[in-house]
Order: sequence, then C-alpha cells, then structure tokens
Amino acid sequence: MNKLSKISALAAAVTMSLASLASAETIKIGVSYPTPTHAWAAGMNWHAEQAEKRLEALYPDVDLVLVNSPDPSAQASALEDLVSVHGIDALVVLPFESEPLTDPVLNVKKSGALITVVDRGLSQPGIEDIYVAGNNPELGRVSAVYMKSRLKEGDNIVILRGIPTLIDNERFDAFMAEIEGSGINVLDHKHANWNRDDGFEVMQDFLSRFPDIDAVWAQDDDIAIGVVAALKQAGRDGNGMFVVGGAGMKETIKGIMDGNELVPVDVLYPPSMIATAMDVTVAAFKSNGPVAGRYILGATLITKENAASFYFPDSPF
Amino acid sequence: MTETAMTQTPKSRFQSFDFKTAGPAIALILLCIIGFLLNPAFLSEGNITNLLTRSAFIGIIAVGATFVITAGGIDLSVGSMAAVIAGVMIIVMNGAVETFGTGVTTVLIGCGCSVILGIGAGFINGFLTTKGKIEAFIVTLGTMGIFRSLVTYFADGGTLSLNYDIRGVYRPVYYDSFAGLPIPVWVFIIVSICGWLLLNRTAFGRYCTAIGSNESVAKYSAIKVDRIKTWTYVLQGLCVSLATIIYVPRLGSASSSTGVLWELEAIAAVIIGGTVLKGGYGRIGGTILGALILTTIGNILNFTDMISNYLNGTMQGLIIIVAVWLQRGDWGRKNKAN
Repeated sequence: MNKLSKISALAAAVTMSLASLASAETIKIGVSYPTPTHAWAAGMNWHAEQAEKRLEALYPDVDLVLVNSPDPSAQASALEDLVSVHGIDALVVLPFESEPLTDPVLNVKKSGALITVVDRGLSQPGIEDIYVAGNNPELGRVSAVYMKSRLKEGDNIVILRGIPTLIDNERFDAFMAEIEGSGINVLDHKHANWNRDDGFEVMQDFLSRFPDIDAVWAQDDDIAIGVVAALKQAGRDGNGMFVVGGAGMKETIKGIMDGNELVPVDVLYPPSMIATAMDVTVAAFKSNGPVAGRYILGATLITKENAASFYFPDSPF
Repeated sequence: MTETAMTQTPKSRFQSFDFKTAGPAIALILLCIIGFLLNPAFLSEGNITNLLTRSAFIGIIAVGATFVITAGGIDLSVGSMAAVIAGVMIIVMNGAVETFGTGVTTVLIGCGCSVILGIGAGFINGFLTTKGKIEAFIVTLGTMGIFRSLVTYFADGGTLSLNYDIRGVYRPVYYDSFAGLPIPVWVFIIVSICGWLLLNRTAFGRYCTAIGSNESVAKYSAIKVDRIKTWTYVLQGLCVSLATIIYVPRLGSASSSTGVLWELEAIAAVIIGGTVLKGGYGRIGGTILGALILTTIGNILNFTDMISNYLNGTMQGLIIIVAVWLQRGDWGRKNKAN
C-alpha cells in the first residue's frame, strides 16, 4: 500500500511538473552542426552533449535539440525541420559551408528565431545575432611568438599545413607575418591535411631533405602525432628539438601536463566552442544584460602551468 | 623522302623494344633522375627505405587488385576495408590486454582477427557480386560506405588508439629491419612473388585472365567462373588485411581518415602497371612499379618547393597520365601508319 501510494504520488508529481512545463513558456533552442567524422568534430559533439545536459538541468524550461548532418544540403533540411517541427526560439548553428547555408539560416531568422553562428561565418553579414568562434589568425600568431621565444636567429623550422582552405591560409599567413624579421628560417611548408599519416610522410621527407631542423610547426595535434613518430624513427627528437601543434587534443594536453619535452605546448582552438555558443544563447533568454555580439575565443598557449584547465579526459578528442 | 627514310631506322628499333613492359620502369627511372637532380638526398639510403616502406601498403593492396581487375571486376572498398580492419584490430587488441597481457599473444590475436576480417569482407564482396548478380562497382561502392561509417562509429567519430604497451611490442613490425630492409618491404616482396606465381604459373591465374577477357567463353570452357571470381575478392581481402597488419604499428591508431582514397591509388597502381581495366590481361610486376611510381611522385613533391602546394594534385595527375601513355606504346605504331 505504502509503495503504491508512493508511486502514485510520484506519478502525480511528474504529471504536474510536465503540465507546468507545458504551460510555462518552454524555450526551444535548436543546435545544428556537421556529423562528427573527424576527431575535432567528435570532440565538439561531446561538448555539445555535455552542455545540453548541464543547461537543461540548470534551466528546466530550456529545451535544447541537437541535430547533426552529414552534408550541407542535409543540414539545410535539418534547419527547416527545426523550424517547422520544433518551432525553435533560437538556433545555434555551425555551418557545414558558408555559401550553401546562408539562405537556410536566413529563413530560420525570418521565423523570428535568435541566431547564433559558430566557427564558420555565413556569406552575408548581419544575419546572426551572436557569433562565437575560435581565432585562426591568432592561432598562427601565438605559435610564432612561442617559436621566437625558443629559437634564435639562424635556426631552422619547417611547417606542416592543413587542408588547403581559408582557415589554413589565415593561420599560415599570421604565422609568417609574426615570424618575419626574427631571423628564423622557414625551410619549407607542405600540406599535411590535418592528418596523422600525411604528417608522418611529409615529415619523413623533410627530414631526408634538411639535415638541420630545430623546430616544427605542425599547426594541428593530429599532424603533430605523425611528425613525432617520424622524428623518433629518424632518431632526431633530441637536442632541444620541439613540435608545436594546435587545437587541444586531450592526449597532447596530458603530455604537456606530464612534461613532454618534444611537444611542450599546444595552442588552443577549442572544440568546446559550441558549448560556449550554447551558453551565450541561453543567456540571451536568461541574462539581465545584453548578450548579442561577437565572442572570439582566445588562442591560448597551453603550457604545463595552465594545462589542467583544458583537459577533458572523457572527451573523444 | 630522305627524311622518312632517316626516321624509319630508329622506329624499327623502337618496335623491337617492348614499351608495354618497359613503360612504367622508364617512368620510374625518369622520376628518380628528377628527384636526384632536385636534391641528391633523394637517393640517400634513408629516403629510399622510407619510399619502399610507404609503397608497401598500396603495393600489397594493389597486388590483390590486380587479380580482381584481371578477372574483370573492381573493388572500391579496399581503403574503407583497411580502415575498419585497423579499427577492429585495435579494439580487439586493447580488449585482449586484460586476458592475455601486453605480449606477443595479443598482437597475434590482433593479426589473426585482421586476416579473418579481410577474408570475410572479401568473401562478402565476391559472393554478392557473383551469386547476388550485382555489379562489382555497386557492391563495393556499397561496402565502401558501410566500412567507412563503421569505423567512424567504432571510433565515436574520433580516433581509436592502440594500448601504449602493446604498441611497444608491435612497433618493430613497421620500424624494424631484417637484412637491411624494413619488415613491411619484406612483406611486400613476399606478397609480390606469391602474386606473380599465382597469376603466371597456376591454373587459377589463367582462369582469371580467361574470365576477364570473355566470361561466357570461360563458362563454356568449364571454368567455375563464380567460384574463381569470388576467390579474387577473397584474395583482395587477404591482401588488405596484410597491409593493415603492417600499417597499424606505424602510428598505432585508426580513424575515419585512415585509408581514404587508397582504393583509387591501388587501382591507379594496377593500371599504370599495364593491367587492362576491363580485364583479361594482368601484370604483377607492372603493378609493383605502379605503386612505386605513385609513392615516388608524392615524395618528389615534398622534395621541392618549386611547385605551388595547391598544384600537387595537378602534378600527380599529369605524371600518372604520362606513365600510362608511355606504357601504352601505341604511338610507335601510329607513326608507322602515317
């Protein structure tokens, strides 16, 4: 009897709370991003899911709907569904590509929803209310500043770039601008496509070609893993040689915490930026101050001292 | 008139020279000369070793592809297959640590698992093609997508990494040498010899060629066409599993970017080597040269900063086309007709 009454009390409570949820204005926020098919995106997916749990626990009247799409046209359809099926009040979107998604996002805006754009911008200005992104030029610049702090005039470095894209160019150009005039020689730069295997092969070839390399800017943690393997294979990982990657992969950050001399630092391009965007978007409904605007995250230099605050052991990245 | 007479003499000498066989070799030698002129370090022992070791992956897969293509089939799933096999191997080995420790046993379990998966995947491709009567292009396009998404799923979108202690035990399979040659190169050599013997010295090889040149005739000649064709895909799967076994210890990881476009590289190696894409004529020796040419192109592009990074694909494409043009050797005859 006692049990039964407990259950019925619970059921009543649940019904009531559900009813109150329905009656109170539920804030529906759609979150749309590409299907995680590489490590960084998998990390982003993980952070989005964590943020969803945290924010929904914090605000019972906030409902976040996470959708990922395998290509730009699927993402455009997903955006339509978020408006028509879910009737969202706000959209957090990391566009697959800028051009094809500009119109779909504009249509969501016409429905009256608040728009937050993450990472890749749209091709028309003024659509988004909030913009949250990492800082690609800053990633290049911070890496170069670190190189200058460790190297002297006449030292040689090689660069392994990502996939030929705008992002890669921004990082590379900012790096080159900062390194200019320092007397550090950039021997050559090749694309390693943000990929471990390519990083390994390109670095092997650099090692055959240049007998004297003092440091490597690998730009990305995945490339850096290949670079380190090639250095160890050739036995050229000693004598103060170091590699600077980027992004904030958990293994790299663990290595920094443990005092890895070959990869002593990392430059942040956080996959958690989607969580930041979700926070800011919820704040737009919950804060008592204005939140619209541009939030550009820092490309922080992760060193042994501050590494712990960027370490997420449960994330897949 | 005198002019034609003069050009006639060297032409006949060209004719006696077998361009079909020598084409890929000439292309490779030309590439090596270019590489050496760009930087003498190209011919250093270290670089040659790297080159050969790198060629081993595509080379081993391409030996299998030679059989499939000679028998008139095609396998587009090999790159994804390598990725998913690598992923499952890593999962199995990481799982076996608790029971079998971080020793050789665990590595052998991983390798055994790879062989079983490779043969199994090859059998599925072959069975669906022959018994299911679906075009090989469609079957393997389908399995390509399936394998690729499976590895993404297993890795949770990220990267699967091999247990660090097993990596220590397994590492020598990629990095160690025997009699001056790295282990992967030895595997490549052994696979090539077996492949050559199988294609040129056995009934199975003759059947593959017969089926590729005319399937109906082969059928009426009492060749068990379906069985032989299925076997070519199984062989391809086995080659992929061997390539994966030597690939995994290199970086000890697999992700959805593992093995991307390997299928096209393997097919390109086979075609550059002189095997006919529509089947009926296959050459293992050519395939090996083809694999070496492909790797050498990438290597040379990393050795020079003369060509814009953005044009790497253009250079690769041009060299592939020239290599095939050289080995076609039709231009000698065409001149004669003029």
